[in-house]
Amino acid sequence: MRNEAAGPRRPVVAQESPTWHRRYLLDLDELTSQEILLLLDTAEAMREVLSREVPRVPALRGVTVVNLFYEPSTRTRASFELAAKALGADVVNITAEQSSVKKGESLLDTVRTIEALGAKVLVLRHWQSGAPYLVARYTRMAVVNAGDGWHAHPTQALLDLYTMRRHLGELKGRKVVIVGDILHSRVARSNIWGLSALGAHVVLCGPPPFLPAGWRPNEGIGGSEGIDLPRVQIETGLDQALEGAEVVMALRLQRERMQGAMAPSMREYVRLYQIDERRLSRAKPGALVMHPGPVNEGIELAPAVARSAQSVIDEQVTNGVAVRMAVLYLLAGREE
Amino acid sequence: MTAADMGRALRRIAHEILERNKGVEGLVLVGMYTRGVPLAFRLAQAIKEFEGQEVPVGSLDIGPYRDDIPSRGTTFPLRRSHMPVDIDGRKVILVDDVLYTGRSIRAALDALMDFGRPSKVQLVVLVDRGHRELPIRPDYVGRNIPTSRWEEVHVRLVEVDGRDEVVIVRPPEEEGDEE
Repeated sequence: MRNEAAGPRRPVVAQESPTWHRRYLLDLDELTSQEILLLLDTAEAMREVLSREVPRVPALRGVTVVNLFYEPSTRTRASFELAAKALGADVVNITAEQSSVKKGESLLDTVRTIEALGAKVLVLRHWQSGAPYLVARYTRMAVVNAGDGWHAHPTQALLDLYTMRRHLGELKGRKVVIVGDILHSRVARSNIWGLSALGAHVVLCGPPPFLPAGWRPNEGIGGSEGIDLPRVQIETGLDQALEGAEVVMALRLQRERMQGAMAPSMREYVRLYQIDERRLSRAKPGALVMHPGPVNEGIELAPAVARSAQSVIDEQVTNGVAVRMAVLYLLAGREE
Repeated sequence: MTAADMGRALRRIAHEILERNKGVEGLVLVGMYTRGVPLAFRLAQAIKEFEGQEVPVGSLDIGPYRDDIPSRGTTFPLRRSHMPVDIDGRKVILVDDVLYTGRSIRAALDALMDFGRPSKVQLVVLVDRGHRELPIRPDYVGRNIPTSRWEEVHVRLVEVDGRDEVVIVRPPEEEGDEE
């Protein structure tokens, strides 16, 4: 039993209660389903805090959280900032454009400087896949990956899981369809890990050039890549993919990547992959419509769908703050 | 402390609450996670048996109000705090299983004040084991159990642990123990 030298200040919780030992949140593939559920349960408590007239608790008083962003971001950065403030932490925001990065300072030097200034938690958004992993090896700060290249965006996936769980309860066996540019989407990747860990049935759907190479349509993935994701299925036809879906998640079409021969034209994408009312009717009645934002109006989602009662897009943003509070709260723990 | 002892203590405390507050008017029971919450519900049940009236029961997780940041290995999920009614102007009966240093109660008072401004706060504990570090005293005590600091008091409840009992555990002697 845990019973620190300082004496049990809270009741000793039954042995099977999960505990949190991690200093980093880099992606969901390294978390057990128990750890993911612990995060989501803690987010539920944080949502209560956010519902108060004065949404603030002193949990991280005296802790400095630094948001270091090498890529533009509105909702993620604001969400982390609000989360840290709601926990009573001090927050410093650094964006690459306005920092010594402009003078050629390397990522690791910038991180060392931030640590030397006394920060305890680093929230990092970087265009380079893997950057937070590198940083985590060289710093004693807690590190949160707020999106790295095409690789991972774990807090977005957690807020998606949290939103689904609030509406559907347990996710085991639920059919979740992710539609769009899977290849370039860190949101999709992190969601695949998280949803798989919780036992959901994940269907990835998009034009073949937007599906990761080596993943064959209509086959489960894994095997060749050595990843065991038996519940992930690939489907190029949207109508078949949506059949019986309980969640439909559209990804942002990254227009900057729509040029070039590999991509179908925008008009063709809309014709084949836009979620409109007719297509949505193939999903289960009341299926949730999600989008990580920002939405390209009339591209990924028909406007009527984006604003329908089934859309939980705004709620995703709200839940993001609660989820990030849970992440910061758990990561900021003292060294064991 | 056996299950029967525990039942008797809780019924006595329920009577004391009613006596001191002259009935149930304006009362709210607020249990502190983990084991204070089922204890608060048991007190509400006992009061209902005696008076035939319901007392609302709330729950409080003091995690974010602790005066030390917990170490990683001891961080449990936070539970959702819930106040069934607006606590402004009400008499809050705070319920915890063990009173020790008093730091949890200090945190609970801060947490409560963020929910509103109760007219009074009274404290119920099933066990008072002494060793206070703050000027905090309980209003209702199930049993005073003098302990030494290296002992542990384990309160087990049917709702959480599958059985009712209070036991004192001496951790196994460590090498080079000070005594």
